[in-house]
Amino acid sequence: MGRTLAEKVWDDHVVRRAEGEPDLLFIDLHLLHEVTSPQAFDGLRQNGRQVRRLDLTIATEDHNTPTLDIDKPIADPVSRAQLETLRKNCAEFGVRLHPLGDVEQGVVHVVGPQLGLTQPGTTVVCGDSHTSTHGAFGALAFGIGTSQVEHVLATQTLPLARPKTMAITVDGELPEDVTAKDLILAIIAKIGTGGGQGYILEYRGSAIEKLSMEARMTICNMSIEAGARAGMIAPDETTFAYLKGRDHAPEGEDWDAAVAYWSTLRSDEDAVFDAEVVIDAASLAPFVTWGTNPGQGAPLSANVPDPASYEDASERLAAEKALEYMGLTAGQPLRDIKVDTVFVGSCTNGRIEDLRNAAGLLEGRKVADGVRMLVVPGSVRVALQAVEEGLDKVFKEAGAEWRHAGCSMCLGMNPDQLAPGERSASTSNRNFEGRQGKGGRTHLVSPQVAAATAVLGHLASPADLSDVATTAGV
Amino acid sequence: MEAFTTHTGRAVPLRRSNVDTDQIIPAHWLKKVTRDGFEDGLFEAWRKDSEFILNRPERQGASVLVAGPDFGTGSSREHAVWALQNYGFQTVISSRFADIFRGNSLKNGLLTVVLPQETVDALWELTEADPTAEVTVDLERRKVLAAGIDADFELDENARWRLLNGLDDISLTLQNEGDIAAYEAARPAHKPRTITA
Ligand code: SF4
Repeated sequence: MGRTLAEKVWDDHVVRRAEGEPDLLFIDLHLLHEVTSPQAFDGLRQNGRQVRRLDLTIATEDHNTPTLDIDKPIADPVSRAQLETLRKNCAEFGVRLHPLGDVEQGVVHVVGPQLGLTQPGTTVVCGDSHTSTHGAFGALAFGIGTSQVEHVLATQTLPLARPKTMAITVDGELPEDVTAKDLILAIIAKIGTGGGQGYILEYRGSAIEKLSMEARMTICNMSIEAGARAGMIAPDETTFAYLKGRDHAPEGEDWDAAVAYWSTLRSDEDAVFDAEVVIDAASLAPFVTWGTNPGQGAPLSANVPDPASYEDASERLAAEKALEYMGLTAGQPLRDIKVDTVFVGSCTNGRIEDLRNAAGLLEGRKVADGVRMLVVPGSVRVALQAVEEGLDKVFKEAGAEWRHAGCSMCLGMNPDQLAPGERSASTSNRNFEGRQGKGGRTHLVSPQVAAATAVLGHLASPADLSDVATTAGV
Repeated sequence: MEAFTTHTGRAVPLRRSNVDTDQIIPAHWLKKVTRDGFEDGLFEAWRKDSEFILNRPERQGASVLVAGPDFGTGSSREHAVWALQNYGFQTVISSRFADIFRGNSLKNGLLTVVLPQETVDALWELTEADPTAEVTVDLERRKVLAAGIDADFELDENARWRLLNGLDDISLTLQNEGDIAAYEAARPAHKPRTITA
């Protein structure tokens, strides 16, 4: 019987398999950041252990880093302590670190791929649930807890039980203005925030094959929001072209050997998935969330749903609570919802293509009065590229704030937060209560919807902008 | 983690039931970035009272905690185990432990011993009457011994084996060093490296 992509990558990493025990898997790449690593390093120290494979380990600072005045000392003592601890630990154990101010610094899930470290057929782990992002390359990538971080540091392996596999097939053509973000929000709304639990998702089909690497990362990134620890996409020419020439991509003979191997990484025709979901790309539209989990979303053209319309009692209760927290009324058109803040950034939508898409709509237009728009590139490299393309100017001229790279308002561990009751359209991945600041209300959107919303001051799609003249006359 | 075979020490009789992990180590301690230095946070709220048993001079240096039923309930924080160990406790005796706390203890080499409440009562009486009384927890023979007390306890064979040999998850994996090294040797050259030699 054939095997799925996930099974192939899994099998290629089994160090030891024994009856009644979980498989021991080898880890090809371990990414570290300041929040989930301190106690892991401490555990090593207490047991007199070293990092087994420094050459498969890399660290960056992202969750706590400020996006303004990055040359000044960090005001919050807890944030400062976490960053200083990471620096001390990396120096002591010899781990490669890209700290704040370094050209390779950025959100850990943006940094790995742009360095060419995330490659097809590798196993990638990080003490962060959005490690699923790296699955866009056909890597088996998932988030782990701090004791597992220590385990990987010490042994470069993890004992793991093999998850089931789910195929999510998206065929057809995505309509204009419908992005990867809309697609993944629609998938999560369909299967639910627990729908992927226990599975590795494989996104496939003609609509997926047409997507850029950036768009594929947006999709795999949010696999965790559907409950799946990992999401994968089979590598193809798009993947190879993205990797070619990157810092850590193979070269010469190694490149040829790698491509030969990578080309075998697709689910066999006769592979059997434990579950399957089929989605027609042509049926999709720009999508936004109205509630307090990523599964509570709807097409922008819809109205806020009536909780009474849910048959399931717990869903009904969840919808009631969500509307109360979000300050929305059933039946209200989603397009009428006004926002105070627009956030473009995060490991979901903070890559160069995302910034281009947002800037493309803002060019010659203005952010609406009373709306604050924050643009936070996913990494310093992304920021530099954007500056080279003049995107920073477009943002600034439109009245948006152009910030330094980091996680920023995705989770508000740094000063970038919503005030209580404030409402945002955000390109990040979680609309949980208080995620972007205590009492803050979050609507998850694509970069395009974010830009259109910034201009109009209410949730809007790029098509809604056609009535808004641009000063540039384009 | 250190192996646990047998331990003899003075005891702290803690006549309280349902001691949850928030009482063992309050939430504000969780911001710390290390695994040690939690000793001052242990039972922090109660220790503000100078009469609290842990504060009594005759209990300094004690290493066996004898607690009431349902010890370690609530939040799953591993810090509760670290705080007990940082303070100097090697073992905790109770008639019932919360599951997660028990699992976390095992991971870190803190032995949790389940004894019938009558035996716990007897230990309390003994160690309250005589603070210098010593209690022995012998994992090899699965026995708790003290003046006039000889009690057997249960512990599943796998947990006992791991504690006797000081094997945490990492140590267990490292027993397969040969397999890991063999796998590493066979990895293709094209695999990425963060540091190029
Ligand atoms: S950008 Fe947001 S989701 Fe991504 S790693 Fe940072 S905090 Fe987590």
